[in-house]
Amino acid sequence: MARTENIAAVFKRGFINENPIMRHVLGICSTLAATNLVANTLVMSAGLVFALSMSCLTVSILRSITPMRIRMMVQTLIIASYVIIVDIIIKAYLPDISEALGPYVGLIITNCIVMGRCEAYARSNPPMPSFLDGLAVGLGYTAVLLIIAIFRESLGFGTIMGYRVMPEGFTTWTVMVMAPGAFFMLGIFVWIVRTYFPQTYEENKGGEKS
Amino acid sequence: MTQIDMPTLFFAAIFTNNILLTNFLGLCPYIAISKNINSAAGLGVAVIFVMTCTAALNHLIYYQVLVPLHLEHFQFIIFIVVIAAFVQVVEMTIDRYFPALYQVLGIFLPLITVNCAILGASLFMIIRDYTLLQSMGYGAGSGTGWLLAITLVGAIREKIQKTGKLPKGLEGPGITLIITGLLSLAFTAFSGLIKIQ
Repeated sequence: MARTENIAAVFKRGFINENPIMRHVLGICSTLAATNLVANTLVMSAGLVFALSMSCLTVSILRSITPMRIRMMVQTLIIASYVIIVDIIIKAYLPDISEALGPYVGLIITNCIVMGRCEAYARSNPPMPSFLDGLAVGLGYTAVLLIIAIFRESLGFGTIMGYRVMPEGFTTWTVMVMAPGAFFMLGIFVWIVRTYFPQTYEENKGGEKS
Repeated sequence: MTQIDMPTLFFAAIFTNNILLTNFLGLCPYIAISKNINSAAGLGVAVIFVMTCTAALNHLIYYQVLVPLHLEHFQFIIFIVVIAAFVQVVEMTIDRYFPALYQVLGIFLPLITVNCAILGASLFMIIRDYTLLQSMGYGAGSGTGWLLAITLVGAIREKIQKTGKLPKGLEGPGITLIITGLLSLAFTAFSGLIKIQ
C-alpha cells in the first residue's frame, strides 16, 4: 500500500508540481520547434520521454561509482548515448518525420530538463523512483507540448493529425505555424498557468539557470 | 549549397535565419539572463566566440575523422564533448592570461556548454553540407544573431520594469516570450531576402 502511494506521489510531483515548463519554463529550446504539427510533437516527446527516463535510470544505477567531480561529463555521455538510439530509431522507422525534425532530435542532449532531472533527483535516489520520476516529468512535459501543438495545428492548418477539424471556410492563421506563433502560444500558456496556479512557481524567484 | 559565399551566409544567419527567433535555439539562457542588458551582452559575446570556434572544430572533426571511419552516428557525443572541452579550455586560458576579460565573461562560460544554440549550429552545418569557411561564417552569424536578439529583449525588459505595470502572471517568462514573439514577427520581414534552407 505504502509503495503504491509512493509511486503516485512521485508521479504527481513530476507531472504537476515540478512540471518543467509550468514551473521553470525550461527545456523549451529544442522542442518548441516540433509543436507546429501534433504528429511531430508526439514523436519528439516520445523520444524525450525515453531518453529522459532511461538516462535517469542509468545515472541512478551508476550513482555510487561516479566520481563527484566528473559527474556532469558522465551524465552528458549517458544522455547522448540514449539520444543516439532515439535518433537511429526515428531515422529507420519514420524517415519523413526525421526529415521534418532535422537536428532537433539531437538537441535533446542539451535539453535542460534531462540534465536537470539527473542532477536534481536521479543522482541521489535509487533506480526505480528515478526512472518513474523521469517518466512523470517527461509525460508532464509532453502534455504541455501537446496542448500547444493542438492549438497551433488547428489554428494554423485547420487540422489535427492531418484530419480536418475546422469548418470549410475557415481562414488559417499562417502566423501560428511560423516561429512567432510558438512564442505567443507559450507566452499565453505560461501567463494562464501562473495566474491560476501561482503556487507552482512561488519558491522559484531566484536566478534559475539553464 | 556551396554557391552561397561566406559573408552572405553570415548575414543570412543574423537576419533571415536567426537561430533564436526562427529556430528556437538557446531559449533557456535567453529567458534566464535577459533581465539586464549588460549581462545579456556579455553572454552574447561569449556565445559568438564559442560558436564560431566550435563550428570550425566540429566541421574538421566530422569530415576528417568521423566520415572516413564511418562513425557518423557518434556525431552527437563527439560534438558535445568537443564543445564542453573547448569551453573548459577557454575558461582556463582566459582565467590564467586575461583576468580582466575573465571578470566580464567568466561567469557566462559554464552556461554555454548547455546552450542548445551551440550544438544546434554544429548540427545545422552538417545537415546543410557547409564547407569549413561557410561553417565559420554561419557560426559567427548565428552567434551575432543570438547576441542581437538577447540584447534587444534585455533592453525592452529593462524598460518595462521601470515604466510598465504587468499582470502578476505575465511577469518574467510570460512577457519575455510574448516580446520574443513580436520580435520574431518583425524578423519575418527579412525572410526571402536570402534563402539558405
